[in-house]
Amino acid sequence: MSVAAAPQVSLRETLLTPWRRIRSGDIGSLPVLAGLVLIWAVFDILNPNFLTPLNLTNLTVQITDIGLVSTGIVLVLLLGEIDLSVGSVYGLGSAVMAVLNVKMGISAVPAVIGGILTGTLIGLLHGFWFTRFRIPSFVVTLAGLLAWFGLQLRVLGETGTINIYDPNIDALAGKFFSPAFGWALAAVVVAILTVELFVRRRRRATAGLVQNVLVLELGGLVAVAAAIFVATGVLASDRGVPLALLILLGFIVTFDLITKRTRFGRHIYAVGGNAEAARRAGISVNGIRIAVFAIAGTMAAIGGILGASRLLAVNYSSGTGDILLDAIAAAVIGGTSLFGGRGTVWSALTGSLVIGSIGNGLALLSVSADIKYMITGAVLLAAVTIDGVARQGRQRAGL
Amino acid sequence: MSETGGWPAGHPPSVPAPVPTERQPILELRSISKHFGAVQALSSVDFEVYPAEVVALVGDNGAGKSTLVKTMAGINIPDSGEIWFEGKHVAIHGPREPAALGISTVYQDLALCDNLDVVANLYLGREEIQPPVPLLSEERMEHRAREVLTSLDVKIPSVRNPVAALSGGQRQSVAVARSVMWKAKVVMLDEPTAALGVQQTKQVLELVLRLRNQGLGVILISHNLANVFEVADRIVVLRLGRRVGTFDRSKMSEEAVVAAITGAEFGKFQPQA
Ligand SMILES: Nc1ncnc2c1ncn2[C@@H]1O[C@H](COP(=O)(O)OP(=O)(O)OP(=O)(O)O)[C@@H](O)[C@H]1O
Ligand SMILES: [Mg+2]
Repeated sequence: MSVAAAPQVSLRETLLTPWRRIRSGDIGSLPVLAGLVLIWAVFDILNPNFLTPLNLTNLTVQITDIGLVSTGIVLVLLLGEIDLSVGSVYGLGSAVMAVLNVKMGISAVPAVIGGILTGTLIGLLHGFWFTRFRIPSFVVTLAGLLAWFGLQLRVLGETGTINIYDPNIDALAGKFFSPAFGWALAAVVVAILTVELFVRRRRRATAGLVQNVLVLELGGLVAVAAAIFVATGVLASDRGVPLALLILLGFIVTFDLITKRTRFGRHIYAVGGNAEAARRAGISVNGIRIAVFAIAGTMAAIGGILGASRLLAVNYSSGTGDILLDAIAAAVIGGTSLFGGRGTVWSALTGSLVIGSIGNGLALLSVSADIKYMITGAVLLAAVTIDGVARQGRQRAGL
Repeated sequence: MSETGGWPAGHPPSVPAPVPTERQPILELRSISKHFGAVQALSSVDFEVYPAEVVALVGDNGAGKSTLVKTMAGINIPDSGEIWFEGKHVAIHGPREPAALGISTVYQDLALCDNLDVVANLYLGREEIQPPVPLLSEERMEHRAREVLTSLDVKIPSVRNPVAALSGGQRQSVAVARSVMWKAKVVMLDEPTAALGVQQTKQVLELVLRLRNQGLGVILISHNLANVFEVADRIVVLRLGRRVGTFDRSKMSEEAVVAAITGAEFGKFQPQA
């Protein structure tokens, strides 16, 4: 059977596709990017120090721990589940790392690995409990929130605060790469994206598939490349490219690849979209769930270790406070649906940028915490409202 | 096992039926029972489908049709009974085993993931990767998906749209297409035409006949007896979880089938031969 291959998608189709996605309940990243531009514009008007290389570099380092935790949260939300324990796992992971390194004198790498594996094991346990006993995930992880915080207090012991002196752990949030390295990296990334675009178009042509409009694809590429180079330029004119930012971006790119381009990732979306359909298609639904909770625990512990590296200390309050809610809010603000199956890992970055910008900008204006909480709450409410309205629209359309 | 459950024994096997009894069923259920709590959904049901035949499974709401299909699909594990495939007793513990045998299903609720696009739904659970790297082979899958949809004459604006953006009929077509994507030997369709317009219904029925002519065993569930009479070689009637009637093409009459379905007055309409 030969397929009459239209060489190119019509312009009309191209313009309709994002609209269809939104109508199907996938709001994408356009609202959050627009919101980010608005927030930056407002803060820049209110305080000219906001959009300076110094402050923007600080911002990128400030959001890495939330961004890492949020990356795991996005995957859990894609399943249609929730993990309320990530704050406590953040605290416990960093506490284990600090105790291993400072109190037991174990060197940085094994200590960090120990902290990370603590998070992995906890996530596995949550996933197992949730699937084995069919308890709603928010209850299992709520129990985890309490229990792991208790364990964190216990691990930290009587002193309560452990200061970190190890230069290698310090480097995680404290190291900056030279501008030259930054430019080289940016160039390599843009080159890879360009090659990828043309290889994909070639493959589609060989398979006789319709192509997207080339000009639009190139336009998208140019926009992304411009964003990368501008960001590099901003960072280069201050202290350089922070290692912490590269760690965050590395995880986001990796998980983006995993979710969009591997069977495992496809199955995450399938379980989140229709778990029964996934089961009938022979997908190991419980296996996927356990794996995703393990990833969420792992990412929470990694976030905790980055946070500890930034503050150079772990104490009773590590991981408490805003971490959990900020991480969930970031994922939702970034456009990942609370209802499962819709969203991308990039929402961890864009959402963290929104939340981090609000906190950072208000701090520059010396606005007190009360206002910050209220504004962050309002932004979260706006994001979930967009999500809910998109879902309602879908249901009204009988889909 | 009785070939003519609701038929008086000794009724002359008049015209050579399209299903000679000496042929071996490709898929056979023996004495399947299944209960959900207090509901006995299936009581000791025998069922068989032969290669190159369309067998219609009819019965009122709640008769147990979907439960029987889910048993053959490995979704429901029966309380008792045996499943035989190509003359061999097979153990079915989950949906992978029937899929590996070549039994595919279009479920009544379609079982599509609304958030995924058409290609992803067609390949759900069977995604192809590009061997050296474990990345999805999107181009190959999209190419094949378009081929299958074209061959079934299914018109869909773009195979890259999420299924949520399709009409009811288009969604049904995607579900049907998925069942014939793989080298199936038995295809089960649970009310495949329920949401379809006249034109689309005709296409699905044509597809059913095409599958039969390719030698597949097709199990069709439908409440629309006109459709059933159009394509079925045999009709099996379930009532309250029991098999209460079997009609060969030559002996089917609408009255007899309806009588068997409702249970009322059964016997009054027996062979008018
Ligand atoms: N998962 C389940 N849990 C509890 N009861 C069930 C379940 N599945 C089916 N049943 C019950 O088993 C009986 C048979 O249901 P089934 O869905 O097989 O009927 P059906 O013949 O397909 O009906 P319909 O024509 O309405 O689709 C019904 O009484 C139904 O309520
Ligand atoms: Mg049914």
